[in-house]
Amino acid sequence: MTDENQTGPSRRAFLTGAGAVAAGTLAGRASAQTDPAIAIHPWMQELGDGVDAAPYGMPSPHEADVKRRTVEWLTADPVSSINFTPLHDLDGTITPNGLCFERHHSGVARVDPAQHRLMIHGLVDKPLVLTMEDLKRFPRQNHVYFLECAANSGMEWRGSQLNGCQFTHGMIHNVMYTGVPLRLVLEEAGIKPEGKWLLAEGADAAAMTRSIPMEKALDDCLVAFKMNGEALRPEQGYPVRLVVPGWEGNMWVKWLRRLEVGDQPWHHREETSKYTDLMADGVARRFTWEMDAKSVITSPSPQAPITHGPGPTVLTGLAWSGRGTIPRVDVTLDGGITWHQARMDGPSTPKALHRFYYDFEWDGKPLLLQSRAHDSTGYVQPTKNALREIRGENSIYHNNGIQTWAVDADGKAENVEIS
Amino acid sequence: MSRFLKLALLASAMASPLAAEPLGLGRAATPEEIALWDIDVRPDGLGLPVGSGDVMTGDGIYTEKCSACHGVFGEGTGRWPVLAGGQGSLTNARPVKTIGSYWPYLSTVYDYVNRAMPFGNAQSLTDDEVYAITAYLLYLNDEVDEDFVLSSDNFAEARLPNEEAFKPDDRAEVEFAAFKEDPCMSDCKPSVEITMRAAVLDVTPEETAAKAAAKAEEAQAAEPTPEAPPAEAPAVEVAEAPAADPALIKAGEKVFRKCKSCHQIGAKAKNRVGPVLNGIVDGPAGAVDGFRYSKPMAAAAEAGLVWTESELSAFLASPKGYMKGTKMSFPGVRKEEDIAALIAYLRDASE
Repeated sequence: MTDENQTGPSRRAFLTGAGAVAAGTLAGRASAQTDPAIAIHPWMQELGDGVDAAPYGMPSPHEADVKRRTVEWLTADPVSSINFTPLHDLDGTITPNGLCFERHHSGVARVDPAQHRLMIHGLVDKPLVLTMEDLKRFPRQNHVYFLECAANSGMEWRGSQLNGCQFTHGMIHNVMYTGVPLRLVLEEAGIKPEGKWLLAEGADAAAMTRSIPMEKALDDCLVAFKMNGEALRPEQGYPVRLVVPGWEGNMWVKWLRRLEVGDQPWHHREETSKYTDLMADGVARRFTWEMDAKSVITSPSPQAPITHGPGPTVLTGLAWSGRGTIPRVDVTLDGGITWHQARMDGPSTPKALHRFYYDFEWDGKPLLLQSRAHDSTGYVQPTKNALREIRGENSIYHNNGIQTWAVDADGKAENVEIS
Repeated sequence: MSRFLKLALLASAMASPLAAEPLGLGRAATPEEIALWDIDVRPDGLGLPVGSGDVMTGDGIYTEKCSACHGVFGEGTGRWPVLAGGQGSLTNARPVKTIGSYWPYLSTVYDYVNRAMPFGNAQSLTDDEVYAITAYLLYLNDEVDEDFVLSSDNFAEARLPNEEAFKPDDRAEVEFAAFKEDPCMSDCKPSVEITMRAAVLDVTPEETAAKAAAKAEEAQAAEPTPEAPPAEAPAVEVAEAPAADPALIKAGEKVFRKCKSCHQIGAKAKNRVGPVLNGIVDGPAGAVDGFRYSKPMAAAAEAGLVWTESELSAFLASPKGYMKGTKMSFPGVRKEEDIAALIAYLRDASE
């Protein structure tokens, strides 16, 4: 057996090599002759696991590096912190549930769905209590939406800081939600005419609250209980969360337990001391709900360098807008002297991630890569400096400026800013 | 009934759930159930329970339940939020956004403490305790005196200083015109240069050897933000030592209550978190026996720093701004008259 195993590959290598003499270069022949991967591997001979070895499937162990990561120095404690989606490792437009970035203010609530209730009260005709079973009897819908934290790219306001689009842009994910239109739940309770605002509250130990104008609540919000077909993950609000399409992630209240209808906003902690944009003159913008059009090149990028040397190269990235779709993305290889329209690909719906590609021949010279999203309202993603001219550098939130990666002659990429 | 009509009726029955007609799902919420969960408070006072709490009671609760994270003076520990100070810093490169410097409404403080604090034991405080802590936070921010009592009766009168500085989102008016222009596609600029590199800063987390480096960075990042430099701090004009004014000394004694948890003064004074303050005015810096000073303070002492009234005033206005690395975590005395009174008291109590 062992002998056969050893002779097999070497014979094959010899034969392949012989063929390569005529057709290929000397280097090509040498590598083909010595490529140890051309072998009879154990997995070609031994039986693998049967069904149920992993009743809930896991990615290949060779993909163990594809995971959420945190930045320890950002916050005081992991219980009140954030981690980041590994955008550089993903393709297409859907984020796998286990890789959707997490943000908690008092940790992941461990909610028993049988003990969970959604209360609707305030300026309504009939205050209601709904169980999860009740909720699932409303007519439901499926929609793909991105969820972006308002602070995504916030560490880059004062300049390039973190090497990796996971860290600069990874506070975003995009899944298909199954849920009940919030409008139906509110109409079940009967909104009084003076009911102009909605307070949504979570069941975690932060009792997260946000005020939402009634117009938005009745428009496209969902009370969602599934993501990508399965139940919400606990870190994403199991058993039920609010979906507020196109608006900053903090409003998508997780572990949703209460909806109060009122005639004014509540001005709670998240909408006053946080998630307000401090301008250079000391004035603060509030109620900055919609996420502006934005894009990022996910590969090549600092965590996804070019490893193959000069030749055909696939550049790819993501673009999105809280105000609609992304009909067009421009990319530049030379730091913005010349731009090219990228190829849009994959399923694209409003307020969802859009995938773009730009296939080019890399000549091995250094590159300065940027992408620029256009959204369906005609808005074009601005440069970071254009944003800074208006907002200063203290905003923290809503940084949708154009990102630059510098690729060197070795294919390594770095987060930079350019003139 | 024709088959067609049956189908039409079936179709309309199936469509009915999408109309505004209620489905009859769920059950009525009782007033008791609503009362248990309906804890939110609005700026106009809606939702505020009847109750009251005073600053000194709040001091005790705060010290026990809040100070481990937020610091004895609301200065924050590690990366936990700073709650006091920061006034006048909102246009600085490093604004300090606190209840006193940034938050628009006091109701937000009450609501947030009530719903989410203490961290890890949410909704465990009584209404009166929340009033007391809220009152103490106003005191830490120099908004009220230490004999202040906050209650459901006077809550609506309380105003935070930064309320007027908030305005609605104006991106549509201020930004959209500029950001909807047709962008350049070729020959957009003559040349391009790299102006900044993330690698220079090197704060990207790595799971390998760089972890230690990141830790070092964390320590650096966690260092409290320097307050306004002493040059910007209001200089207290003290032309000559004024004759002891009993009213001033008495006012200073009140201000000294902020210092008492760390410092003692008088015949029986002992070193505590901070050194004994006897003879501090016009005395040499870093000179109290048995107290371990910070490195910067020891260095200043060696260089011959004397706590003249003007030096002491600058230090008290902003300890960390005056001396980066000082052990004194106190954010500073904001009012000039309070500093003058405090110095008068320190001089008097030493005798």
